[in-house]
Amino acid sequence: MALATRTARTSALGTLWGSTVGKKAVMAATGVIMLLWLTAHMLGNLKIFFGPAEFNGYAAWLRTLGEPALHEAWFLWIQRAVLALCVVLHGVAAYQLSRRDLAARPQRYAHRRPRASYATRTMRWGGVILGLFVVWHLLDLTAGVVNPLGEDGHPYQNVVADFRTWYADVFYIAAMLALGLHVRHGFWSAAQTLGANNRRRDRALKATANVLAVLLTAGFVSVPVAVMTGLVD
Amino acid sequence: MNLTLRIWRQRSPEEQGAMTTYRVEGVSPDMSFLEVLDVLNEELVLRGEDPVAFDHDCREGICGSCGMVIDGQAHGPERTTACQLHMRHFRDGDTIDVEPWRAAAFPVVKDLVVDRSALDRIIGAGGYVTAPTGSAPEAHATAVPKEAADTAFEHAECIGCGACVAACPNGSAMLFTSAKVVHLNVLPQGAPERESRVLGMVAAMDEEGFGGCTNTGECATACPKGIPLPSIAAMNREYLRALRKGGARRP
Amino acid sequence: MTDTTATPAPATPAQGPAAPAQAPAAPAPAVGAYTVGDPLADTRAPAGPVHERWDTRRFTAKLVNPANRRRHTVIVVGTGLAGGSAGATLAEQGYRVVQFCYQDSPRRAHSIAAQGGINAAKNYRNDGDSVHRLFYDTVKGGDFRARESNVARLAQVSLQIIDQCVAQGVPFAREYGGLLDTRSFGGVQVSRTFYARGQTGQQLLLGAYQALSRQIDAGAVEMHPRTEMLDLVVIDGRARGIVARDLVTGRISVHLADAVVLATGGYGNVFHLSTNAKNSNATAVWRAHRRGAWFGNPCFTQIHPTCIPRSGDHQSKLTLMSESLRNDGRIWVPKAKGDTRPPAEIPEEERDYYLERIYPSFGNLVPRDIASRAAKNVCDEGRGVGPGGQGVYLDFADAIARMGREKVAEKYGNLFEMYERITAEDPYTRPMRIYPAVHYTMGGLWVDYDLMTTVPGLFAVGEANFSDHGANRLGASALMQGLADGYFVLPTTLADYLARHPHDEPDPSHPAAAAAVAETRERLARLLAVGGDRTAESFHRELGQIMWEHCGMARTEAGLREALERIPGLREEFWRRVRVPGGGAELNQQLEKANRVADHLELAELMCLDALHRTESCGGHFREESQTPDGEALRDDEHFSYVAAWEHTGGGPPVLHKEELVFEYVHPTQRSYA
Repeated sequence: MALATRTARTSALGTLWGSTVGKKAVMAATGVIMLLWLTAHMLGNLKIFFGPAEFNGYAAWLRTLGEPALHEAWFLWIQRAVLALCVVLHGVAAYQLSRRDLAARPQRYAHRRPRASYATRTMRWGGVILGLFVVWHLLDLTAGVVNPLGEDGHPYQNVVADFRTWYADVFYIAAMLALGLHVRHGFWSAAQTLGANNRRRDRALKATANVLAVLLTAGFVSVPVAVMTGLVD
Repeated sequence: MNLTLRIWRQRSPEEQGAMTTYRVEGVSPDMSFLEVLDVLNEELVLRGEDPVAFDHDCREGICGSCGMVIDGQAHGPERTTACQLHMRHFRDGDTIDVEPWRAAAFPVVKDLVVDRSALDRIIGAGGYVTAPTGSAPEAHATAVPKEAADTAFEHAECIGCGACVAACPNGSAMLFTSAKVVHLNVLPQGAPERESRVLGMVAAMDEEGFGGCTNTGECATACPKGIPLPSIAAMNREYLRALRKGGARRP
Repeated sequence: MTDTTATPAPATPAQGPAAPAQAPAAPAPAVGAYTVGDPLADTRAPAGPVHERWDTRRFTAKLVNPANRRRHTVIVVGTGLAGGSAGATLAEQGYRVVQFCYQDSPRRAHSIAAQGGINAAKNYRNDGDSVHRLFYDTVKGGDFRARESNVARLAQVSLQIIDQCVAQGVPFAREYGGLLDTRSFGGVQVSRTFYARGQTGQQLLLGAYQALSRQIDAGAVEMHPRTEMLDLVVIDGRARGIVARDLVTGRISVHLADAVVLATGGYGNVFHLSTNAKNSNATAVWRAHRRGAWFGNPCFTQIHPTCIPRSGDHQSKLTLMSESLRNDGRIWVPKAKGDTRPPAEIPEEERDYYLERIYPSFGNLVPRDIASRAAKNVCDEGRGVGPGGQGVYLDFADAIARMGREKVAEKYGNLFEMYERITAEDPYTRPMRIYPAVHYTMGGLWVDYDLMTTVPGLFAVGEANFSDHGANRLGASALMQGLADGYFVLPTTLADYLARHPHDEPDPSHPAAAAAVAETRERLARLLAVGGDRTAESFHRELGQIMWEHCGMARTEAGLREALERIPGLREEFWRRVRVPGGGAELNQQLEKANRVADHLELAELMCLDALHRTESCGGHFREESQTPDGEALRDDEHFSYVAAWEHTGGGPPVLHKEELVFEYVHPTQRSYA
């Protein structure tokens, strides 16, 4: 009559990664980390408006962060490792969940209503666009291999050289718009997934997501626009 | 009113289905949507054709039996169940598409009838308070704050119709599951099984082949009982809390 | 069991109409023929003080050793409040439960639609309530046609029900202090009704469903949804199983067990239009009746006064509006016949607030049966309103003027919304139209104190039995009875039966089982083979019209005789002209429907016969021949203080067995509400 007592349990991490809710929470947590980093990155980018010396100096300072406790550039590498892990976890979870989601609705409705899947589709395609952008962006401004100038230690000059080409502007701005959309749904979604949302906060969270998305996009896009308009050269 | 209905017809789970067109004439605006199907079925029977199979029972919006996607919306254009949807919300000459709930976890049985037993199994995986008959303490032994009681009631209103699953682009049962988790987890009576409940129900939900939540909110828009979307956030919170506490689902 | 030799019925009391005589040699039995068999006694009810009887019975009941319980299989048919709670409790105790429901999930049983609340003698209000008062109110409310022993038990057990439901997490309404809220309900002076907004039935049912789900998950209950019981298997005089049809595949199978519990609800759908769910039906109880379970008081039907009137011939069911609306709404019709002016244009002096006029002290708050009958009377006079003149106004204009619109919205907002959704009329600006509708059947399978029918091993619980409400059920008592039976009474009394019948493996190839299967198959094949030109629905509609007209709110000998003449003809026509498309080996909702209508066509006749033979008026049964000078129901305790238990004879006229009712504690009085 009485039910048996609990059996040996699997590890909490295993359960987390094994369930849709847990996997989504991993996406939310990694998304929040990346969002925080992006905010810092965007603010740092704005230093470009103070001229080459200040911008290049800022870039150099990033390499010395954590000294003397850390060796030169260690902080940068730790940060890169964390971000890489976030990207991988975020991407793998998104891929696995998307496959599952598509399998859960094998037959579509004959009467389609596009609105229903708008957010889902923009997140999926936006995520793919952002992934491709990150690859180009690293090759361009971190490794310098696809940058028109590609001079180590001269990020200001590299950026300006970059945004003088039309394709870099187009790709960059398109990616930043995708980022805005991604953050707009992703921030609120992360709050929902991590259980931080409730009825009282719902509107505030949605407003915050909108503001954050606009500020991030505007901040990032201001750089190529400034280069194109000659404000920065 | 005269209407054209395009209805999904499928004889059995194995056979292919298709949208089939029917004319229904002399529809009164006071009829419910299901009464239009009744009229159509009477005509089909007398014409020697197979009538349209659909689930229905109480016809007052509380049993959760009826459910069909009408013009791409679960239960149709009004926020209610198909049995309480009246034809005055349509216009003479309309063409209306009628389809079954679509989800991997809800296989079609026949025409508009789907198998929703997966929802029962989610409840069986933890959607209860273990209180064998006779073991209950006096009802007033534990006072329940009114706010908790009201929150519990609001979530307990779920009728298990499956509209949330049908409306979700991912065929997810998160809103259904969260409604029960929140109902029981906010009450002191539900506290001892708070962790095992949410872990067990989420695991059952995943095992049944429902999709995950992408926070589109379609479920809450379709819900005829107005289960709120933040209910899902509350379940997520319970789930992560249960993992932190080292809880385990029931075997 | 019966003395069927007592041929022409001597049942009619002195002042009644001519005895329904029958010529035994006639080829077709005369209309209204029946015979009177041996009187019936409830042999299980213990003696002693009424409030100690249940404790006595619990002590005398034999127990089943926990280790042996797993060997006993119990079939439970139905998953409403009674069936769900019974299945869960029996499984918790260790019995093997095999349970059935025709719906796709046990959570959808029609108990879910109950609105108002559940009574319990908790006396949390300190307003003078007690177990004895609940007992007293229920016996009196049933117009002295219920058993005192049963009602006393019901009142006693009501206390535990609330405890049990709260422990399950049922979200009853609470006050700011966190304690349970109660409200008053029809015709009682204490506040003993516990509720969960207007969805008490839903919340109680989900509590039972969740307890049942736990047992299904644990493997203790084998659940068969979408499976309908079509016959009872009786082996060696004991109920040993059922024949059931899988509604998806059409497979017909036999399920055997040590005992069978029917929790299949009432038979209000005999009237076609009722507040019952569309698929609620009488097949399980009627098949059991044909296999030997006697039927108690089949004519006792409750007609609820406040339902939304039908809007046309397409109407598939009727929707109840909570009777709480009568607290503030005023009921009226125009004074003139055929007055078709909109209500706002009818001046005050041309309105007839007939309840306030006829019953000045109770006004709009008279009991359900009286309010229903009064509405019928004014409509019969041609003063009804709305389409077809089948409606009366329930007007909130005065309430809105007195309390303000906001206060009215706070109290009745969701009911007003529901009304507006269905009728597209705004009840804040235009009076509601209401009309009575069939709501509940007090009659059902006759059961003894142990809830066992006249077939040993066959139990009936909830609305399916006849037991506790007499001739009229009080509001918020149906939920109480269903849960009392399922959670507390049946598990005790069924154990006693099982303990007295040691387990022996039933033989699935027993001729009785095979015969029941063969008969079921043959019957369904016959339905499919008719190939006529009328739908089952059309027969159901026609039967409903006959029943509503002649066996509804007011019944006369002539009307009942007419019904008894027309029903066999309709039945004959049904089997000649019904058209059931498709086959038996598939999901075939028309076949399900036709099979249920076939049983309704038989049960309807017994209802009319019971109504004809009971020449008194009592509770929901109003015979126009038996009324006071004021037009109120006039009981005839001298001749009719009994339960009418009908025995099926298979072709011949049914046999009436009378169970005398004894009132030791609540002495019968004539009700007066003027």
